[in-house]
Amino acid sequence: MIPQEIADNLKAKFADAILDVKLDGVIDPYARVAPGKIKDVAVFMRDQENMAFDYLMCLSGVDYTGGKLGVVYHLSSMKWNHKFTLKVDVTVENSHVQSVESVWKTANWHEREAFDMIGIVFDGHPDLRRILLPDDWEGYPLRKDYKVPEYYNGMKVPY
Amino acid sequence: MEATLTSLNDTTRRQVLIPGFSRPLEEHEMVINMGPQHPSTHGVLRLELIVDGEIVVDVIPHIGYLHRCFEKHCEHMTNYQQVIPYCDRMDYVAAMNNDHGYAVACEKLLKIKVPERVEYIRVIMAELQRIASHLIAIGTYGMDIGAFTPFLYCFRDRERILDIFEQTCGARLLYNYIWIGGLSHDVPSDFQQKVKDFCKYFRPNIKEVNDLLSYNKIFVERTANVGVLPADVAINYGASGPVLRGSGVKWDLRKNDPYSIYDRFDWEIPVGTGKMGTVGDCWDRYMVRVNEMEQSLRIIEQAVENIPAGDVQSAVPKRIRPDTADLYVRTETPKGELGYYIMADGTTSPYRVKVKGPCFVNLSLLPAISRGSMISDVIAILGSIDIVLGEVDR
Repeated sequence: MIPQEIADNLKAKFADAILDVKLDGVIDPYARVAPGKIKDVAVFMRDQENMAFDYLMCLSGVDYTGGKLGVVYHLSSMKWNHKFTLKVDVTVENSHVQSVESVWKTANWHEREAFDMIGIVFDGHPDLRRILLPDDWEGYPLRKDYKVPEYYNGMKVPY
Repeated sequence: MEATLTSLNDTTRRQVLIPGFSRPLEEHEMVINMGPQHPSTHGVLRLELIVDGEIVVDVIPHIGYLHRCFEKHCEHMTNYQQVIPYCDRMDYVAAMNNDHGYAVACEKLLKIKVPERVEYIRVIMAELQRIASHLIAIGTYGMDIGAFTPFLYCFRDRERILDIFEQTCGARLLYNYIWIGGLSHDVPSDFQQKVKDFCKYFRPNIKEVNDLLSYNKIFVERTANVGVLPADVAINYGASGPVLRGSGVKWDLRKNDPYSIYDRFDWEIPVGTGKMGTVGDCWDRYMVRVNEMEQSLRIIEQAVENIPAGDVQSAVPKRIRPDTADLYVRTETPKGELGYYIMADGTTSPYRVKVKGPCFVNLSLLPAISRGSMISDVIAILGSIDIVLGEVDR
């Protein structure tokens, strides 16, 4: 399927959840999805016979600055060998996104990483803990306004 | 007078909760720590095993001991080129492939066409590196299981590859060789002959590996029917590389989503067949690597004959400043699908780089295939996944 057909399919099924679609002028065509609907969209894209997005290539948390955060889902289908991208935007104050862990197990660790690094909270994730950083770490290092702490547990950080 | 020790008679026990384990620990279950300093975890990986006698109930991997803030560093570089040495240090036994992936991504972002000579040399380097990486995987896997000798044979052959790399770019492990738009150096004049000699030398040694290890009775006993990963589970977990192909899925990005010039060569994708046990067991994953070395040799032999003349730095951009865009580019490294999600904001350094490391994803399915196996099988399963912690933790 070409990106246009995928986008049309999504718009036909989720008129109110698809906020924005961009197909030309970008390298990876994408659709922007409401944060509370991402799981429904994901299940639909995975299970629909003509889309069959069975493979979550990557899930990235992004800080867009200005209090805006986002999650980017790169999907591909092994059956049809096509790709599509979904984006979800949230704010720093309300950084809740539905978890897609139950749709693709890949998302389990990737969502933990996005939580760890950017501070996005994935509702419905079975085990949302920090993954790369220690459990008692404060702050979210990949946010653009992150200040490197001078001390960690009373120890001076020399760099 | 007899003391009344009520606390001893108290039968209500404290509930033991383990973060990451779904229920409280039962009375007959025990927690065993494996790592972070354990020879079979291939680096600083800590596994928390919840065991019932000798049977593994669950495995909770704890990663991050080698976290070096790769993604944060990328945002703070003054230009795109400076990221490449950091890419080297992710999967440090397959540095060429990491650089290749990043260079391909940046070239797509900048819309650069790379000279033919560069493409051919890159492919040869990437495939040599794939063999080197698989040799480590095979050698250390044998050692995990208890066979020390194959490790020495594998490292002897790997040395030859590293010698070729050293002659070319001066480094044996972390090369910074593949640049955006080109290469750091042209290859030395006897490079083609050296590579041909290596192919001729190495091909019989694959048979040697098979004789020493692959069909060894003890090795087969330890790996066949252990850690079986069905194809649908592998896909749902996002597995890639030999882990995915070991489950019988014919999926290799060099063929299925070709980049560079991989579509010009004639070679096969080896997959797991369940020859010794079940499709998707540890032996299948191991055997895919052995067979892939053979296929890499085929690619090298075809490429080395046809290296065109040219300047390897003619397309290297003086100033790298892509327009605002974001893209995800995936390439096939020895461990699987390495993806770079790069966001460019019109400045000379990336706004955000996210790396999807194949080891990170492949390791996440360790608990799923270890449940119900013996403790010693966890070692076999972990070795068959072939992780490099530099990439898991980044």
